[in-house]
Amino acid sequence: MDMLEIKNLHAKVEDNVILRGINLSVKPGEVHAIMGPNGSGKSTLAHILAGRDGYEVTAGEVRYKGLDLLEMAPEERAREGVFLAFQYPVEIPGVNSSYFLKAGLNEIRKHRGLPELDAIDFLALVKERMKLVDMDASLLNRPVNEGFSGGEKKRNEIFQMAVLEPTLCVLDETDSGLDIDALKIVARGVNALRSPERAFVLVTHYQRLLNYIVPDFVHVLSKGRIVRSGGKELALELEEKGYAWVEELAGAGQPVGA
Amino acid sequence: MAATETKPAPAVFQEHFAAREEALSARGGPQLHEIRRRGLARFVELGFPTFKDEDWRQTPLAPVLDVAWTPAEPPAAMPSPAALRPFLFGDEVTARLVFVNGCFSPSLSFRGEVPDNVFIGSLAEALSTQPDWVREHLAQQLGFENQPFAALNTAFIADGAAVYVPRGVTLPQPVHLLFLSSGDAGPSVAYPRSLVVVEESAGLSLVEHYASLSDRPTLTNAASEVVCGENSRVDHYKVQSEGKGARHVGAMQARQARGANYTHHSISLGAAWARHDLSTLLAGEGVEALLHGLFVLTGEQLCDHHTRIEHAAPHCRSFELYKGVLDQRARGVFNGRIYVHREAQKTDSKQSNGNLLLSDDAVVFTKPQLEIFADDVKCTHGATIGRLDEDAFFYMRSRGIGREESRTLLIYAFASEVIDRIRIEPLRRQLLRALVEHLPNGRIIKEVA
Ligand SMILES: Nc1ncnc2c1ncn2[C@@H]1O[C@H](COP(=O)(O)OP(=O)(O)OP(=O)(O)O)[C@@H](O)[C@H]1O
Ligand SMILES: [Mg+2]
Repeated sequence: MDMLEIKNLHAKVEDNVILRGINLSVKPGEVHAIMGPNGSGKSTLAHILAGRDGYEVTAGEVRYKGLDLLEMAPEERAREGVFLAFQYPVEIPGVNSSYFLKAGLNEIRKHRGLPELDAIDFLALVKERMKLVDMDASLLNRPVNEGFSGGEKKRNEIFQMAVLEPTLCVLDETDSGLDIDALKIVARGVNALRSPERAFVLVTHYQRLLNYIVPDFVHVLSKGRIVRSGGKELALELEEKGYAWVEELAGAGQPVGA
Repeated sequence: MAATETKPAPAVFQEHFAAREEALSARGGPQLHEIRRRGLARFVELGFPTFKDEDWRQTPLAPVLDVAWTPAEPPAAMPSPAALRPFLFGDEVTARLVFVNGCFSPSLSFRGEVPDNVFIGSLAEALSTQPDWVREHLAQQLGFENQPFAALNTAFIADGAAVYVPRGVTLPQPVHLLFLSSGDAGPSVAYPRSLVVVEESAGLSLVEHYASLSDRPTLTNAASEVVCGENSRVDHYKVQSEGKGARHVGAMQARQARGANYTHHSISLGAAWARHDLSTLLAGEGVEALLHGLFVLTGEQLCDHHTRIEHAAPHCRSFELYKGVLDQRARGVFNGRIYVHREAQKTDSKQSNGNLLLSDDAVVFTKPQLEIFADDVKCTHGATIGRLDEDAFFYMRSRGIGREESRTLLIYAFASEVIDRIRIEPLRRQLLRALVEHLPNGRIIKEVA
């Protein structure tokens, strides 16, 4: 069965139509990459999956594990296993990182019928998962993302993902702004989390990331539509031909190979 | 209607004064009594402020004026020591002075060992012995020309706290002043008056806490004077957590000599209506004044922080951070006046005021008032009135944290920035817990503090 099924999703913000009929099916264990030019609607799609306010879905539906995802509050989605690694992680002055993560984790555990973790078990878990992304433990004592470097913020997203153990991971340009070493670390973290039960949707501009996290499918988004889908070789083709080629495809109307 | 007949005109307070004058004049010398009489006369001239007064434009006085106050008397029965427990922040204090309805309670108070010549006691006691520092400073710092409530407090100077720290002495633990109101004999007004003198190179950490033993109507009209000698260091905390029926008006005037470092915190969570006038005079060079404040209001609560920082000497620094959280129909005011004299070159002054509105019906008024007569200064100010940060709110929920918990955490985070600057660790923790309890749905984040 599909874990995630997006059917004919149309969405707008105020009067701007942004998504114009997205179709996408994701099965457990799969990695899907979504590529596409700036402004094509990638983050919008990611936000709608995570439940952000401000978007109006005008048509279509999204099913996740058989649930009507669009009807669920963001925290309910998170507790059901949806995780969004933000393109721009938010700084929250005054909220301690460790408290924040523990609060989220325990809500998710409660929802899954697991006992809440106490401070000691939480610390043990956190220490172990930090290794995955080479994150400095001192960051946990600081307010959420406050004063973190761009790279630290991105790693922190993957670290949170590793702690919360979601089943659907949506990564919005987690590779942007990372140097090559950090990129490898992030990719290593993601690869370590790959499992037959877990699916990934990676939004990226660069084929580079896909050398490290090899996707099962690549989709090209343009002007709010998936204009082409294929295997990992599509990313290479895209790199070679550029987004102008995508624009042509978009002009041609029907998605190819979807 | 009865309510209009019983409205307290200044005449009512003149009657109160007349009835108590004999007892008042017995405390302190004729010189002090003359000051009382001038206070009363000035109060009668000024009358209660109206919305036409620039300093009271946003702060309606009805909650004070609509009640027939009588002078507070000592309560029929003193509270038990156990009743004080909620107001204590730990055992590590140099001394604790407890006042009930404005009167010192020796049995509830205690004084630890202190170096010679330190005085920590009631003002009444200090007035009976009249040491030099009382004669020199009492009613000499706090002006009342344009402050009717300060004038009225001055008219009734009788008791309060008196603290004297001689040259070179630093008290290792805080001094805790606890002012309790009982309201058990009908609506009553108390006039606690405190004098704190910290001499050259001396140090003091002082907690001035106003609280209630009930939710009955009381009016606390408090005034404090703080004299900071050269190179002294004074950390002054004012906590106002009075009951639902309380009205509080308090004036604080500090004076800082050369090199003195003075920090003030005003944490105002209680009372139906609270007005704080906080003022410091930077009288010598190289002074640092740090003023912080927080109110967290709900229901129909009102809180007003009026600050005044007077830079009268060069090379001084002042810093202000005031915050407000307002829910339901609460009303908040911040007015930050900074006055820089012509001589006060190289003044470095920064003021910020942030407000978080949680409801459409809450209102807040914020106003910087900079009057700068020196040309080589750095003065900055900024004020914000905002709502919860939607991005942060969504980010938290996307990690599984519930809507209410996320909201409460964000409010807590906003407000705790001020409390986190408190340097008395047990007090800081106690106030963080008080903040959590005070927040709507605070219980869900109780672990955070
Ligand atoms: N809140 C908003 N208000 C108005 N327009 C918006 C809003 N959010 C997104 N848009 C518009 O929707 C379009 C798609 O934006 P989106 O952020 O989804 O693009 P993207 O594919 O993620 O781009 P990038 O590669 O630059 O991150 C853009 O034209 C953007 O300006
Ligand atoms: Mg984007």
